[in-house]
Amino acid sequence: MIKNLRVKSSKLVDETYRISFKFNGSTYYGFKGDTLASALLANNIHLVGRSFKYHRPRGIMTAGSEEPNAIVQLHNGTSRTEPNVRATEMEIYEGLVASSQNCWPSVKFDIGGINNFLSPLLPAGFYYKTFMWPASFWGKYEYFIRKSAGLGKSPNVPDPDIYEHKYIHCDVLVIGAGISGIIAAKTAAKNGFRTLLVEEKSYLGGSTIYQDSEFFKINNQNSASWLEKEINEIKKIENLEIKTRTSVAAFHGYNFLLARENLTDHLPLEQRENKTRQKLLKIRAKKVITATGSIERPLIFDNNDRPGILLSSAIKKYADLFGVACGEKNILFTNNDSAYETAISLIQKGIKVQAIIDNREEIDSKLIKETEKNNIKIYKGYTIVDTSGYKRINSISIMKLSKDGQKVIGSKENISCDNLGISGGWTPAVHLFTQSGGKLKFRDDDQVFIPNSYPSNQISIGSCRGDFTLDEILINATKLLKDFLNIKKTEYENIEIYSAFNKSKRNIWLLPSNKILGKTKSFIDFQNDATAKDIKLALREGFRSIEHVKRYTTTGMGTDQGKLGNMHALGIISETASSKMGELGTTTFRPPYTPLAFGTIVGRNVGKYFDITRKTPIHEWHVENKAEFENVGQWKRAWYYPQNGENMHEAVQRESKAARDSAGILDASTLGKIDIQGTDASEFLNRVYTNAWSKLEIGKCRYGLMLNEDGMVYDDGVTTRLDENHYIMTTTTGGAATVLGKLEDYLQTEWPGLDVYLTSVTDHYATISVCGPNSKKIIQKVIPEIDLSDKDFPHMSFKNSKIGKVKCRVMRISFTGEQSYEINIQANYAKSVWDNCMEAGKEFNITPYGTETMHLLRAEKGFIIAGQDTDATMTPIDLQMDWIVSKKKFDFIGKRSLYRSDTIREDRKQLVGLITDNPEEILEEGAQIVADMNKTPIEMLGHVTSSYFSPNLKKSIALGVVKGGKNMMGQKLIIPMEKKQINVTVTDPVFLDKENKRLNA
Amino acid sequence: MFLINCPFCGEREQSEFKAGGEAHIVRPKQPTELSDDQWAEYLFMRKNIKGIQFERWNHIHGCRKWFNMVRDTSNDEIKAVYKMGEKPPVK
Ligand SMILES: [Zn+2]
Repeated sequence: MIKNLRVKSSKLVDETYRISFKFNGSTYYGFKGDTLASALLANNIHLVGRSFKYHRPRGIMTAGSEEPNAIVQLHNGTSRTEPNVRATEMEIYEGLVASSQNCWPSVKFDIGGINNFLSPLLPAGFYYKTFMWPASFWGKYEYFIRKSAGLGKSPNVPDPDIYEHKYIHCDVLVIGAGISGIIAAKTAAKNGFRTLLVEEKSYLGGSTIYQDSEFFKINNQNSASWLEKEINEIKKIENLEIKTRTSVAAFHGYNFLLARENLTDHLPLEQRENKTRQKLLKIRAKKVITATGSIERPLIFDNNDRPGILLSSAIKKYADLFGVACGEKNILFTNNDSAYETAISLIQKGIKVQAIIDNREEIDSKLIKETEKNNIKIYKGYTIVDTSGYKRINSISIMKLSKDGQKVIGSKENISCDNLGISGGWTPAVHLFTQSGGKLKFRDDDQVFIPNSYPSNQISIGSCRGDFTLDEILINATKLLKDFLNIKKTEYENIEIYSAFNKSKRNIWLLPSNKILGKTKSFIDFQNDATAKDIKLALREGFRSIEHVKRYTTTGMGTDQGKLGNMHALGIISETASSKMGELGTTTFRPPYTPLAFGTIVGRNVGKYFDITRKTPIHEWHVENKAEFENVGQWKRAWYYPQNGENMHEAVQRESKAARDSAGILDASTLGKIDIQGTDASEFLNRVYTNAWSKLEIGKCRYGLMLNEDGMVYDDGVTTRLDENHYIMTTTTGGAATVLGKLEDYLQTEWPGLDVYLTSVTDHYATISVCGPNSKKIIQKVIPEIDLSDKDFPHMSFKNSKIGKVKCRVMRISFTGEQSYEINIQANYAKSVWDNCMEAGKEFNITPYGTETMHLLRAEKGFIIAGQDTDATMTPIDLQMDWIVSKKKFDFIGKRSLYRSDTIREDRKQLVGLITDNPEEILEEGAQIVADMNKTPIEMLGHVTSSYFSPNLKKSIALGVVKGGKNMMGQKLIIPMEKKQINVTVTDPVFLDKENKRLNA
Repeated sequence: MFLINCPFCGEREQSEFKAGGEAHIVRPKQPTELSDDQWAEYLFMRKNIKGIQFERWNHIHGCRKWFNMVRDTSNDEIKAVYKMGEKPPVK
């Protein structure tokens, strides 16, 4: 039966604009301005989901971002489906399709509901206790837990929407546009501050905007009308920017905040095309004014979670803002005056209030008197002990509270109802304040945590600092704003405020019952199904820290982060453990305040924009010639060039053979290049490399190894002396930035006296490397004027030359062991020089090769790759590269560490060659190396670092690190694989041309 | 996220900077004269203070200069920034 529960015209909805939507397969109607929750309530639908653990039916409970139950899945096609959407925040639009989460097969008949009857078996910590043993069963447990847990479905295709990031710098940021936020924004802006006001809702004015009665007045107008005028005024202020539907997700140090601005989620689908869905605002504010308001507390009693039980303030809001009655037979249950505001609103709208149950015995405020005038029965000093109704509340049981509030007395009375509003007072929304590093203090009078000290240039005003009445809010906010903004006067100095609200409250964290605790289900965390009983159990089991109790009971660990019940959990712990609330502290509130979509977090940095891509000036040639690419850092490097359907192995074998048989060509432009100049350049190199540099002649090149101060190798490369005080250093492709950073660090901090200048020139020069027995002939054709004779231009030397009119540097250096020349030329000429080399090399079958072949060729020669054969635990001695460590130099980075007791150990892992017994067997890189398979546990001696099939040696070769490997030459070792053992022999790491004859062949 | 006052460029976002560990640890002038323990003291031992800490920072995506910072690690308040080689302005 669908009833119409719309009442008189309301503030927010436009009743002339009807919208249809689907929920759980049925079509309903609402109005423009409705949230999904208000529209469902208008259709008399409370039941929207099942609870997480017991699968109890749950209804809409709030009207805001603190909602624990009304969490739905949105369906806008497969790519736009979205889980965990709060129905209380989601504005409806034409075509909206949503469904309940966490229920199977349907919200009305849910198989997991059986957990409710099994609940004595599901106490706090149940998962920890039950599913621990035996460990081998975990796979089975997990399957069932996950199947019945299910918090929504994530889309399984990429998000098609557009998201953006935007930086905002402002003088003053005001968070929250309730009455205090509005006056703060106006005051700041009118005093010349560039001000930004953000509000998570679609409208301004907070709860005051529907506080439309004679009981709350400002300057003799109803507070709502007064505020409306203020709002109209601030909309005209030029230096005030207002953003609605914008929620602050994170408040970091130094007033850096992240906010999500929602731009299209409320629009009909056809109006969203090509529009940015959400913006992540990165706000740096000189001053921040937090006016985030407060959240109404529930009351904790048996069966306080039935559909139809809402926060009292939510019932008021649905009536006033959306014109929706949450029920026809309403009961309110309270410990303070707030519920009477709700009662008066409902009466004004002609909605029936059956009764009010008030914990307090002696009460007599104007609000209460007005309520009594309307013949509403008020049960003073009573509490609810139970409720009934499975899918919707249908009655409550009440009993009288004892004087001390510890017990119930007298007899039980039942009252029927279809809706229950509960109010346990208010909790200041201090989440953002504490995120920023703010410290709280506990106010005993009314049992609230309020801001104590501010870590940055910020203040809190309004109810988020514990001011709950209209007069307190306005008077304190005005005073605080004057101080904070350093201004003499505001326009709110002499306003007259009238508030009928009385602050008296009777705070009882866990209301007493006529049943023993073990027989009750008094929910504290509605989303995670944590009850008062669970908290007490955790305490009995010895947990004391709030952080531990939280994890053990999962209180506050849902998507709502326990916005409703955390305080009650603390209260019960404090009472049970007889510790003071203020000393217990609160759990840590972490960003984001409400869930953020991944799309919002990454913004435009998706797909190919995820990271920067660096390409060499010859890149297009590689693409045209069908190269496969590999990523080396941000660089795209040609990996290999498959021809005629070759696979990688075949292509690499062909390329490797061609490079040694005739000629190969490699684009080495990605190598890091650092130009080093200054009168102390040689001395500087002496200090950063392990070998000696002072005597290197101009025009010569030298290989160098760089260590960290701990003696471990971290980069290598060839450096060339271009002139007396001028060197060019090359680094590995991946290490270029860190090497430069490290060199700068030493120059600036340890050796500021050295006259040395470093410039990164990696992108300025392209490097083309031609190697092989015919490389000399090819280079001669490309650069006719250069004398390439071995006598004039030997290995490890350099010449300036010209190609046409363009200057270039030619180095005769080799990473392959072949005779080899590198042409360095200004990047924009690189492609034509590459073409020249290809043309000149045609007669020699010049073969372009990629990084894979380069790695294979160097492995044949036993040359290391820093980062592949080393891993920050290898000294040059471990690498069997003792020859490069100068004994004469007084000092260099890492020298002292080379003879620490640990680095001189004989049994360190050392680099060796590995030859398989079966020459066809190629080892897996990373495979473990052992000596004795019978020893338990098997001792791991090391692992394989590089492994290839060498087409030039016609056998498998590998490099590896092995404990004490240096002294194991010729020894047999074992590589145990999943299905077999591979036998290998330890060898010298140099496999090919040990005498280096090929360099001059 | 900090707002750091680079002594060379002025106030910039923390994302432009790189932290470089404890400040005022001078590399020994004659490492070869040190015992293993003395060298290990220089190489490995760092303070981890709750309170006032002296740190190295590098404006890596800016002027690339290294400088020092005094920071209260308990509340992330930056007490001072100063150039390399200068004495800390606060104790
Ligand atoms: Zn700078």
